[in-house]
Amino acid sequence: MSWIGRSLPRLEDPSLLMGRGRYVADLARGAASVKFVRSPVAAGRILSIDVPDGELVFTAADLDGVKPICPILHRPDYIAVEQPILAKDRVMFCGQALAVVVAEDQGLAEDLAEEVYADIDAEDAIVDMEAALAEGAVAVHAHAPGNVLVEGVLRSPGLDAAFADAAEIVTLDLRSGRQSAMPLEGRGGVAQYDRISGRVTLYASVQMPHMLRTGLADVLQIPEADLRVVAPDVGGGFGQKMSLFPEYVALVWLARKLERDVAWIEDRRENFLASSHSRDQSFHVRGAFAKDGTLLGIDADLKSNVGAFSCYPVTCGVEPLMALAELPGPYKVPEYGVRSRGVTTNTGMMAPYRGVSRPMLTLTMERMMDVAARRLGIDPIEIRRRNLIDSFPHRSPTGLVYDEGSYKEAMDRAVAAIDLTGFRARQKEARAAGRYLGIGFSVFSERTGYGTPAYAARGMNIVPGYEIVSCAMDPSGFVEARIGSSPHGQGLKTALAQLIADELGVEPGKIKVFSGDTDATPYGWGTFASRSMVIAGGACKLAAGKVATRLRSVAAVMMQASEDHIVLEDGLARVTGTNQSLPIPEVARAAYHQSHRFPQSGPGLIENATYDPGGTFSNACHACIVEVDIETGGVKIERFIVAEDAGLLINPMIVDGQIHGGVAQGIANALFEELIYDETGNLLTVSLADYLPPTMAEVPTIEIEHLETVSDATITKAKGVGEGGAIGAPAAIINAMVDALSPFGIEIVRMPATPQYIRKLIREAERDAHG
Amino acid sequence: MANKHVITLIVNGKDYTLSVEARRTLADALRDDCGLTGTHLGCEHGVCGACTVLVDDKPVRSCLMFAVQAEGCSVRTVEGLAKGDALHLLQKAFWENHGLQCGFCTPGFLMLAAGALEADPDLSEEEIRDILSSNLCRCTGYQNIIKSVCLAANEMRACPPSADR
Ligand code: FES
Ligand code: FES
Repeated sequence: MSWIGRSLPRLEDPSLLMGRGRYVADLARGAASVKFVRSPVAAGRILSIDVPDGELVFTAADLDGVKPICPILHRPDYIAVEQPILAKDRVMFCGQALAVVVAEDQGLAEDLAEEVYADIDAEDAIVDMEAALAEGAVAVHAHAPGNVLVEGVLRSPGLDAAFADAAEIVTLDLRSGRQSAMPLEGRGGVAQYDRISGRVTLYASVQMPHMLRTGLADVLQIPEADLRVVAPDVGGGFGQKMSLFPEYVALVWLARKLERDVAWIEDRRENFLASSHSRDQSFHVRGAFAKDGTLLGIDADLKSNVGAFSCYPVTCGVEPLMALAELPGPYKVPEYGVRSRGVTTNTGMMAPYRGVSRPMLTLTMERMMDVAARRLGIDPIEIRRRNLIDSFPHRSPTGLVYDEGSYKEAMDRAVAAIDLTGFRARQKEARAAGRYLGIGFSVFSERTGYGTPAYAARGMNIVPGYEIVSCAMDPSGFVEARIGSSPHGQGLKTALAQLIADELGVEPGKIKVFSGDTDATPYGWGTFASRSMVIAGGACKLAAGKVATRLRSVAAVMMQASEDHIVLEDGLARVTGTNQSLPIPEVARAAYHQSHRFPQSGPGLIENATYDPGGTFSNACHACIVEVDIETGGVKIERFIVAEDAGLLINPMIVDGQIHGGVAQGIANALFEELIYDETGNLLTVSLADYLPPTMAEVPTIEIEHLETVSDATITKAKGVGEGGAIGAPAAIINAMVDALSPFGIEIVRMPATPQYIRKLIREAERDAHG
Repeated sequence: MANKHVITLIVNGKDYTLSVEARRTLADALRDDCGLTGTHLGCEHGVCGACTVLVDDKPVRSCLMFAVQAEGCSVRTVEGLAKGDALHLLQKAFWENHGLQCGFCTPGFLMLAAGALEADPDLSEEEIRDILSSNLCRCTGYQNIIKSVCLAANEMRACPPSADR
């Protein structure tokens, strides 16, 4: 009986449900409280910082021997910038840490922070990309005049000819507002100092514990062995908890300096101000189409506002270079030209957020298809069908290799599920009654589970990608798998246990997966980029497979049978074709305690394995029906369908959960959330009453259809699925809104498409009609 | 050092005598003074609902209430929901229907739902949706939360929890 493919309730849940989870703030008891004093201005020169006497207050001047954070990308068009742990000489964005205070409890730390006064000679801040790129703009970083920190350019030779031959050229100018991944638990760390060893254990709410340890050790210039980083239960991350933040450096420095335990738990305001942001992008894209709707070429100018610094380890190249590489998405794009820039400004640092650039890329290609279809008089589904990739492996214009997928099939499934024909009739009736319904589609690819070659190709100095798993069956027949991935809510431990269970013939309840502790797990990269199921899963399968081979070999000796005839299932090692069997725990105990009997396999049941795949593409089509209230500009999502192909599903319930959560964030991207700076660089949206994540009232029921294309790109046959919901949903919603408002001839060119924005478009359209 | 007040909170049926500043929130008192860290803080300004507990059986945002205001009240937190290792019907439904991912919002949703369903076991799905829309979850898209609560509501109606809660 296989455990794969079953919606097994998660092994992680009982303790979380009973309030016995251990999130970082739960570990802060007994530690001194740390509070950062932050800059109230976005740009300026620090003249002095007055600190109260006799208190534990530190500024940049105290941080002797601590290096700045400075991630590197080996590209000639990348300019490295240094991020100090506490601002030195200059402040670069509103919310940057100027000083750090330590007190006995949180209240006292906050009181003390109020007493620190920074005298800053404020200067004009550069907030938006157009200002940063304007002729003669002040350089945010003196050594980067022009304010471009990374730039990629590609141009295929036939591009001009494609545009010259085009029957129709579609030009789009699209904008996405700045957003926060906004995990419900903010960032935080507890650094515990061990007086005997001088070692520090940092408990932190992070996605990449090993990488964090390396980064901290480099910046603090201490051996990695003097540090242990533990990610306990983590309250969501979505990319925001990948980076090395200055706050963690300060925390470890303080623990060592003061030789005591210190804790910093950020509040929501701090999370908005000083944690990473994303999605502040502006795209100017032209598409050349033949008369029959064939896409001939794309020419794109893509800009991403990367804020004041570059995030470690993935760098500020993450959004611009993802945009450059993946704009064509699921479509055949014979000729491709692109310039993609990362622009620095006096704003919060950009870092990954679920989807990275692809929500905007998908919006671009999907608007492109709808607009071209309208202009050329072709059905929008048909124009997609003509251009979607359909032979595999497919090589994209930027050299990405797509494995088998079901691009057209997924679209057909979504069209059928949403009853496109029936909807059109209903839409007509509704319009006659003064109601504006619309339908929208979004077809996309989701590159997942990619290993070192993909990251090396980006020129990264630190090349993530592989995962190492150490798998052992202990003498009691329980299994311990130690993984370098670091899940934070996905339910990965359950899904991995299902995979291992099938290899070893024991039930998932007997499989303990350990993660997120640099003392207890092999070096690994953590959980991001829809990689853990594919890569940690692959390594688990390999390692468990090797343990199974050992088990079979021991069992064969014990039962005097041939190894090939031993099967492991239902907790037993059985000799096929006989009724001979042994309980697996008995075999396990013998492997450790009677090892002299098994000279050919040696003692114990412990194996390591590494997996470093090239990557695999999931695909999906989202379809939705919306109603726009033209009086208020508000939108109601009536139906939302996801036809998803993530290969073989290990735990379908968990996969569906990933899709639900991603779609909700996509809805937020399309309609609600935006971090807004004023023209001085002061962030206006610093509470959950200003930044508007959707509630249960705004998220509709999401109907999911699965396709399961089995490709050879991964050894588990699973594809990643963490980001797709967030990638595809915005385009489907915006397309549906444009469809709903087609009587007004409105083009939506920015996200979030808030009620105010929609009302403005309607007012303008009405004025034009009457003018 | 600010003035402290000695208060007694009754949490999950047990007395806790604490000495707290007037400005200490109920959430901080529960977490730091009582050691009951199941109640989470997602915003500390009354929007996310992660800190929801029951005070005299009514859902309350414990980040918006001072500990001194809860003096003598009966407070219930997520730690008091299960009977020993036997999960409450709501907890069981969340487990079986994948009503949680990271689990950070979960205690708040559980207590909000428990309070609402105890006050009115016959709430319709629409009413439940309306009540639960006062809390935030960043992971689940809410779909399995509403499903879990509705299924638990059915079961709670079929076999009401004993009065000894
Ligand atoms: S922490 Fe109390 S409502 Fe958010
Ligand atoms: S499960 Fe993570 S916030 Fe709700």
